[in-house]
Amino acid sequence: MANYEPPVTDYESIVENCTCAFCGCNCDDLDYLIKDGHVVGVRHACRLGASKIMEDMDQRLLVPMIRGEDGELAETDWDSALDKAAELIAGAVRPIFYGWSETSIETMHHGLELGELVGAVLDNQATICHGPSLQAVQNAGYPISTLGEVKNRADMCLYTGSNAMNSHPRHMARYSTFPRGYFRPRGRFDRTVVTLDPKYSDTAKMSDIWVGFEQNGDYEFYNAIRAVLKGKKLQKEFISGIPKEDVEELAEAMKNVQFGALFFGLGLTHTLSKQRNIDIAIQMVADLNSYTKWILMPMRGHFNVNGFNIFMAFETGFPYGVDFARGYQRYMNGETNTIDLLTRKECDVFMVIAADPGAHYPGGAVKHLAEIPVIQVDIHWGPSTEIADVVLPGSFVGVEVGGTSYRMDGVPIWMKKAIDKPETCRDDEWIIKEILERVKKIKAEQGALASK
Amino acid sequence: MEYVLKNGIVYDPANKVAGEKKDVMFKDGKIVDSVSADAKVLDVTDKIVMPAGIDPHAHVAGPKLVVGRIYRPEDSRKGVTHKTDILRSESGFSIPSCPSTGYRYSRMGYGTVVEAAVPPLEAKHTHEEINSTPNLDIVPLSLFGNNWFVLQYAKQNQIEDLAGFIAAWLRLAKCYGVKIVNPCGSEAWGWGMNVHGLDDPAPYWDVTGREVVTALAKANEMLGLPHSVHVHPNDLGHPGNYPTTVSTMEALKDIEKNSTVRGQTMHLTHAQFHAYGGTSWRDADSGADYIADYVNNNDHVTIDVGQVTLDETTTMTADAPMEFDLYKLSGLKWANKDVELETAAGIVPVIYSGKAPVNSLQWAIGLELFLKVNDPWKVCLTTDHPNAGPFIRYPRIISWLMSNERRQEMMDNREVHPWSHRRTSLASLEREYDFNEIATITRAGPAKIYGFQDRGALTPGFNADIAVFDINPNDIDPSRNHEAIEKGFSSAMYTIKDGEILVKDGEIVKVVKSHTLWTDVKGMEEQEKRVMDRVMPDFTKYYTIKFENYQVHDKYLPNPIVTEVQAGK
Repeated sequence: MANYEPPVTDYESIVENCTCAFCGCNCDDLDYLIKDGHVVGVRHACRLGASKIMEDMDQRLLVPMIRGEDGELAETDWDSALDKAAELIAGAVRPIFYGWSETSIETMHHGLELGELVGAVLDNQATICHGPSLQAVQNAGYPISTLGEVKNRADMCLYTGSNAMNSHPRHMARYSTFPRGYFRPRGRFDRTVVTLDPKYSDTAKMSDIWVGFEQNGDYEFYNAIRAVLKGKKLQKEFISGIPKEDVEELAEAMKNVQFGALFFGLGLTHTLSKQRNIDIAIQMVADLNSYTKWILMPMRGHFNVNGFNIFMAFETGFPYGVDFARGYQRYMNGETNTIDLLTRKECDVFMVIAADPGAHYPGGAVKHLAEIPVIQVDIHWGPSTEIADVVLPGSFVGVEVGGTSYRMDGVPIWMKKAIDKPETCRDDEWIIKEILERVKKIKAEQGALASK
Repeated sequence: MEYVLKNGIVYDPANKVAGEKKDVMFKDGKIVDSVSADAKVLDVTDKIVMPAGIDPHAHVAGPKLVVGRIYRPEDSRKGVTHKTDILRSESGFSIPSCPSTGYRYSRMGYGTVVEAAVPPLEAKHTHEEINSTPNLDIVPLSLFGNNWFVLQYAKQNQIEDLAGFIAAWLRLAKCYGVKIVNPCGSEAWGWGMNVHGLDDPAPYWDVTGREVVTALAKANEMLGLPHSVHVHPNDLGHPGNYPTTVSTMEALKDIEKNSTVRGQTMHLTHAQFHAYGGTSWRDADSGADYIADYVNNNDHVTIDVGQVTLDETTTMTADAPMEFDLYKLSGLKWANKDVELETAAGIVPVIYSGKAPVNSLQWAIGLELFLKVNDPWKVCLTTDHPNAGPFIRYPRIISWLMSNERRQEMMDNREVHPWSHRRTSLASLEREYDFNEIATITRAGPAKIYGFQDRGALTPGFNADIAVFDINPNDIDPSRNHEAIEKGFSSAMYTIKDGEILVKDGEIVKVVKSHTLWTDVKGMEEQEKRVMDRVMPDFTKYYTIKFENYQVHDKYLPNPIVTEVQAGK
């Protein structure tokens, strides 16, 4: 039993019903075991969530830093760092404030006010992950439900382009496949699980049916299902590498369930046909609703990536990539999104909060980031720190500070605080508010000067 | 600070003031009888003065609004404005962003809006949006008509426990009253089905809409909530649905009212969508007579209309099966949002056109309801925003109500399809509303229906929520000047909220935080405890969220206005 880890027994107190700040599952049933002001154990969480919460001090950013003339980051005090950040933002022509998906809605409020004040672009990780899904939603519709509907009713769960067992480890356990629901009292045994994925993934291994169609075969496959649903005869013997009899059999099975749920991940959004894959998946779900009940849901990655889209939509009317440069909001995919602005070298100051573009962006975008001032608000050292000019150490939402987040299905959750943050760190909300206040002051001085 | 609105022509139906020239005074946010000589004078000579508007039914904040905004950037791009020194930039036409919603209501002289559908699981979201909507007091109603616990209490006819459940859930979700949408139908939608009529039981639960509506109405009266049950009956939007509507009203006829602050035991919402005759859209005609007759002959029902405004809009309702039907009819993109154990929701864009026979029929039926319900205290002005049209069209509807000439003109010159007069009696209705009746259906009536004791009238001690319009009622013939009426009510000369001038000459001059109204029931502690003991095991098993994280914490209501109710009193 080399892998056996004995349970943690050496702790002082337990904080119950904490919310996990990792993926879009936002599991809110975690118990934190606390000792000496640290979380030494986490109950109920998956490995991803537990390790993030327990190893909160690993490569932790603890003090504000400014990159000096010598090109090295040097520790400084909060006032200097905030002043520097405010000065950069106040002087910017085309600033971008990017990230937000791993911080609270409360922080976003100040960020949006700052963005409107200086005419920035506000964007989040959707721009590089589920952006195509949102485009498809705008094309074709958005038939979703909360996860409890799936738990209580679904007799078929279909994962496509998503390896939930690895990316959202408790998704199947807590919401879709395994839990005993009101109308599915035997849990897993009352459901058929289907995985559509070229890869025989860990999720496929858990499934009753695995359809391993060809890579980039998504669109053709869904198109064929739709054709079968509409009573058409398939002309080709193989559809995306799958015998047509199997396609027909699956379509028939999908038609004959009582409640089906389709979960899709980046495997669908980022293969050949991009948002068109999602378009047709949405249309397929709409077609299926003429026979029985089906919903679909994007497997959102960060715990508040959906929250940013929701927040921006109710504040400005648009979900991401919102540009205030002209004094009003604009949303134009390909024009006002972060990657486009960076590769066109338009952006002149970049603030990243709770995200790691240094690790995730395409080379051309990172190259431009290396050439312009970058302000980082984060809790951990990462590739973005290497290109940052001002580093502002934040605090951990859902552990060290409370905050509102929105689960992948749109359920809002108050993530409560369990322990104190390191003394030298500040809450994200406070940091952004401070920058806002300082930028306002600079703008007021500039205004006073200009009117003289 | 003291103010006098001087020499205005005042319409204050609650105090039986109908077009008298008099001064209105307020001090420290409240209406007063007299002020000192230092009071600031606002000269409103010969302008219309009314209490600020109250919208009794709209969808302005919450999860389905945001789905609409996310998936309809084409709507958000309409109505974009540049930011100013005090205003943020606006966006949207039928689903405006939160700040835009606040600004636009404020410019029309409104002060209070009811958000008519809050799923308790996502109530925090609604409250977040309320907090982002300035210049308005917002009154959220919580959805109960398809809640699994409610279905069980109704089935077993346990009214006292149901009342305890309502009391507990209003506190958890921080809501003001009880909303019922397509009772049992939205639950059936969990299986892709619907119920048809009041006596078609929900699958599995074996309980009917009749049982649910009746039980909730009884529980509502047991608690003595300030508002009655707020009912969106079954069969919305289906030709031949008026009998369902009438039988829903009849089902609640004998329920004893337990409230001194309101007159009704049932509010029938967006009645226009529930007043269709015929058997299909081929032979559909008006059922407005049946609804209006019932309302005229019975005192336990009030209605709002849900007037079609002939615009492109975004429909959204907890009546999700109806939205799917609408999607099948129009083929426009379909969004859906079901909420575990509580409700469903659907969203579909709709283009209401005067060229379309059905839309013109709907337009005419709405106007028929306004004109056929004799007592203006029983009918309110709504568009069920954004379902039949955006709220910014209220002034246009007022202009239609005040001008028979304009209505006839629209029918004569084919601005609306001939179905509007061939299949309804609109062409024969000559009634025209006067300003006092307009003040009743947009202010005094809704205030009475919601049991408000602090707004909707210019009574001393009430909030100084006042609207002034640049219209001289003694010098205008609304019948012939529909454009001037629409313009006048679109931009208030003054909108005053809690004694602060928010709008002057149609422009917003001040932005304030909104308030949230909710009802705190006292005296049901024992029943609530019994209910929680029964509910908690199921809650833990079937919700996907912990109870601790389910409730709306006080933090989400920075500016609450709490109505305390002693149950049974």
